[in-house]
Amino acid sequence: MTFQGWAEIALTIGLAVGLAWPLGIYMARVWQGESTWLDPVLRPIESIFYGLSGVDRNKGQGWLTYTFSFLAFSAAAFFILYALLRFQNLLPLNPQGFAGMSPDLAFNTAISFVTNTNWQSYSGESAASYLSQMAGFTVQNFASAAAGIAIAAALARAFAANRGESVGNFWVDLTRITLYVLLPVSIVGGLVLAALGVPQTLSHYIDAHTIEGAKQTIALGPVASQEIIKQFGTNGGGFFNANSAHPFENPTPLTNMIAMVAMNVLGFACVVAFGRVAGARREARALVIAMTVLLAGAASAIYWAETQPTPALVAAHVVTTPNMEGKEVRFGAAASAVFTAMTTGASCGAVNAMHESYTPIGGGMAMFLIQLAEILPGGVGSGLYGMMVMALIAVFVAGLMVGRTPEYLGKKIEAREMKLCMLASLILTASILGFAAVAIVLPLAMKTVSASGVHGLSEVLYAYTSATGNNGSAFAGLTAANPFWDTTMGIAMWLGRFGYAVPVMAIAGGIVAKPKLAPTAGTLPTHGGLFVGLVIGVILILGGLQYFPAQALGPIVEHFQMLQLTAAH
Amino acid sequence: MPSAISASGSQGAILRRAFIDALVKLDPRKLTGNPVILATEVVAVLATISVVDAFVRHASPLFAIQIALWLWATVLFANLAESVAEGRGKAAADSLRAARVTTNAKLINEANGQVTMTPSHKLGKGDLLLVEAGDVIPADGDIVEGVASVNESAITGESAPVIRESGGDRSAVTGGTTVVSDWIKVRVTAGAGDSFLDRMIAMVEGANRRKTPNEIALAVLLAGLTLVFLVAVVTLLGLGKYSGVALDPMVLGALFVCLIPTTIGGLLSAVGIAGMDRLLKVNVLATSGRAVEAAGDVDTLLLDKTGTITFGNRMATEVIAAPGVAEDRALRAALMASLADETPEGRSILELAREKHGLSLETPDGATAVAFSATTRMSGLDVAGTSWRKGAVDAVYKAAGLEPKDVPAEVAAAVDRIARSGGTPLAVSENGKLMGVIHLKDVVKPGVKERFADLRRMGLRTVMITGDNPVTAATIASEAGVDDFLAEATPEDKLRLIREEQAKGRLVAMCGDGSNDAPALAQADVGVAMQTGTQAAREAGNMVDLDSDPTKLIEIVEVGKQMLITRGALTTFSIANDVAKYFAIIPAMFVVALPSLAAINIMHLSNPHSAILSAVIFNALVIIALIPLALRGVRYQAIGAARLLSRNLMIYGLGGVIAPFIGIKIIDVLIHAINLA
Repeated sequence: MTFQGWAEIALTIGLAVGLAWPLGIYMARVWQGESTWLDPVLRPIESIFYGLSGVDRNKGQGWLTYTFSFLAFSAAAFFILYALLRFQNLLPLNPQGFAGMSPDLAFNTAISFVTNTNWQSYSGESAASYLSQMAGFTVQNFASAAAGIAIAAALARAFAANRGESVGNFWVDLTRITLYVLLPVSIVGGLVLAALGVPQTLSHYIDAHTIEGAKQTIALGPVASQEIIKQFGTNGGGFFNANSAHPFENPTPLTNMIAMVAMNVLGFACVVAFGRVAGARREARALVIAMTVLLAGAASAIYWAETQPTPALVAAHVVTTPNMEGKEVRFGAAASAVFTAMTTGASCGAVNAMHESYTPIGGGMAMFLIQLAEILPGGVGSGLYGMMVMALIAVFVAGLMVGRTPEYLGKKIEAREMKLCMLASLILTASILGFAAVAIVLPLAMKTVSASGVHGLSEVLYAYTSATGNNGSAFAGLTAANPFWDTTMGIAMWLGRFGYAVPVMAIAGGIVAKPKLAPTAGTLPTHGGLFVGLVIGVILILGGLQYFPAQALGPIVEHFQMLQLTAAH
Repeated sequence: MPSAISASGSQGAILRRAFIDALVKLDPRKLTGNPVILATEVVAVLATISVVDAFVRHASPLFAIQIALWLWATVLFANLAESVAEGRGKAAADSLRAARVTTNAKLINEANGQVTMTPSHKLGKGDLLLVEAGDVIPADGDIVEGVASVNESAITGESAPVIRESGGDRSAVTGGTTVVSDWIKVRVTAGAGDSFLDRMIAMVEGANRRKTPNEIALAVLLAGLTLVFLVAVVTLLGLGKYSGVALDPMVLGALFVCLIPTTIGGLLSAVGIAGMDRLLKVNVLATSGRAVEAAGDVDTLLLDKTGTITFGNRMATEVIAAPGVAEDRALRAALMASLADETPEGRSILELAREKHGLSLETPDGATAVAFSATTRMSGLDVAGTSWRKGAVDAVYKAAGLEPKDVPAEVAAAVDRIARSGGTPLAVSENGKLMGVIHLKDVVKPGVKERFADLRRMGLRTVMITGDNPVTAATIASEAGVDDFLAEATPEDKLRLIREEQAKGRLVAMCGDGSNDAPALAQADVGVAMQTGTQAAREAGNMVDLDSDPTKLIEIVEVGKQMLITRGALTTFSIANDVAKYFAIIPAMFVVALPSLAAINIMHLSNPHSAILSAVIFNALVIIALIPLALRGVRYQAIGAARLLSRNLMIYGLGGVIAPFIGIKIIDVLIHAINLA
């Protein structure tokens, strides 16, 4: 561990949180339909969309209509993407002449992108045409991100309302978030990345002749434009299979830093915007602090773990330097550690290092961050609403302890909210642990898991954790491109997205109709240090209690085995 | 304070009954409302089956037997908690039931005025009854004719008879109470089975106790946690199988029971019943648990000035001497003028003289009392040629022959000051000479101001309701430290104020007794009717205060809060306990196959069986240990939400994490010492 390493971690997280403030304030204006400085350019375009689609921008939707719109949009996106992938061989922009994807692979990939997971069972440079990448993946990188943020916006309006009904208009939200937030940032960011050396081309792959006389095909493509939204929209699906460890996706330490900040800033900004719209700025700040503390803690733990030399090798006097296996050696252990923490904390899933090869603590921590329900700061939109579920549970239990029916942001938290919070949590747990427990005893599934023993369990657990958490990063070593894995992981991704978002929308529907109560001296304060501590405690205890037994059989036992190797020596 | 509904029967009898009830409640059909305990019972049954299995396989059943027994004990302890809580109510119901005897009612035939004897259970709404001295009033009703003194001790526990008369706010009578003197004609307002007494019995017995909204929400959370842990435990079958861990289903069951929130699950309904019970102890009867819970949420208290904030009658607080009159002579004159005055005002002057100045006099022999009359507007005493008078200021001036312009400036100033502060000035004269001025004022009850300061810290706004003019009201309001006041209030004003507060998102509590209070009582979120009040008021409110003491509102709010705090504290404790249980059971489960996991046996428990057993035993015993807390409730302190939360989080959150580490270790040492595992 070095000072430079710590400074890098602090700077990265600091930048992500710091930039989230102006972005969040701006996004609140976008959510509320207020004017922005981009209006002269974008208003006319926005109006054209409404004109073409027949959307009345002033017409609010109740939570059911809103949810139905969200689901219908996602379903349409799924079928279009599925068709695109299946039949990419018949479609243009396929200079490499890739075949259409198999049904299970297309199913998995389509779900993966529609759910903002971007788990990649395929290998980008050898299975997806330029059209699939651009009209399929990149479009979904925008659309799924915007859809997630739309739900956060609806939830914010629900908390702001006093005996209201409408939670906004999904189509307007989707359009405005894409036009005013995702597109401008991506255009600027994409140009910056291209300037920093990320390729942006539609030409053929290049064949290079090495000095040894070998022929090497260098894959290219419109990388920069996909790269920026991959991070900014917490999608994580790389243009190339190696993702951000590929020098074309992530050529320099600066692009590495941009990637890390980009994948967290919008998640944090959603919380800031929520605070503005719901009239709860101090409360939102408390949530941002809670997220930051946990994220920084996790990054530190991973950094610590990944800069320890392997005990057995030290004992054998082989090496005394940290284990660099799997790290992004170009940028160092700190940049790998903080990248890992941020990509798993943020439901992004882009990787610049191989989590598989981390120490048990480092890899286990990455997995645990996803298992905490992707809320640090989580995926765009989804992180906010995941955090809301945690905050509601915290408020409910603790709120009772001040002797009142628990309230959050002036809304009473009652049986309906608890039912839906528990339902959402249960779906995540059941999907992660349920699929893992079934897959791990099926020879059919385990055929394609490379590691045996304890590490095999970590691989399987990580896979379903990543899918359910809509993260998309992988413990490599598990080859998921076969019908069993494609299908079950597709279902896990589906559950993780819609099994969570729909209960959250139902919560919004209940909350919007409730009267907004005035706070008194007897109301539980939800903006101070005490509440920050409480939320952190609830997240850790609830998350820990659910996954401790499974983690004990994976990373935890692995860790002690690693230590014991030393003792044995 | 006497309480009719304090439990009859000894503590021992209640406990015996509770044990039997707890056994009866093992019937799974009775546990459907409590998923946590139901799940525990299912595991207990499965554990029992594996005991049998162990015998069949000739394996050592010692461990299995103990686990099974302790799982059953967990269910039993939870049932016991509920039964003990109910037991107190049941005993109270018995004593009430004694008052509900079938009597012969004197039914008046309204056509011809003839009286026929009819059994009380055959009476219907609208019947007219005659009740005479010595009769038990057969049904609830309103007096339509007559005046009687009624002994209501069967309901209130207060044996001094009260006056009930037709018309006005004292016209309601309750079935089961006894007419002591005179006779009344009563119009029946509630048929048999629907009377106040019936409702009371049902309430204290918990017969129609429905789960409160908050209780339901908590039960949902607990059921959700149970399901989450079910997933976490069941999936271990697969994960463990892969890891080469031979998992004993018995151990998995034990882990499951330890993880699910059995502590709060077992105590949840006891907490609710005990909350109602605590209200009963202060002689308040809530028509539903919902109302008790709402009391904890109240933001605004509407308090009647008279009787709640002030003593209700004006009291002398000072005597100001006229110029040229010694202070003690003025006081003596005031005292002499009041010796024969039996009104509370008069008594208060004697009190003032004695308490503040140590002056106390007997009425001299041969004294003639001069009573107050509307024409003189003075009263006083004549003794041996000396006359003392006190009365309305202008009347005394006139009697003293003083024109307004001749009144000494000091006296005029004092009179003005008293009037402006909302008080009443009385002038005193001796032989027609103006001696001084008595300051009579509405005195705020001692301790009220501190109470309101507490309420403010609890986040409650207090609004004083009074018929006084705004000047007087403002004075009293500032003296009592209420947040706001409503002067010259009519019942319509009250209702409007409640609606306004509610529109601002506040919950309102009030108390009242008159029929014109009924709409406001019904509109308020918590309406406490005085038992002395009219039938209309009693039906409009959702609580009845048997002592008819309006200050009870504050206690009611505290009981409501205490109930919620107790639930929250036990839930937090229950969940926090799980951390330690993991550290006991997880290494024990896996250590044989994965020896490196011995490292997380941080409590150094003796062996796997002992570790698991210790966790299960701790889990069961903690329910028993917390029954007293559940029944008594966590102490409520008016220290503001933030401090209250941090205090409770420390005790029940942090304490809940630490306590089981210690408890499980101790149990493990004991088990190991006596070789049980």
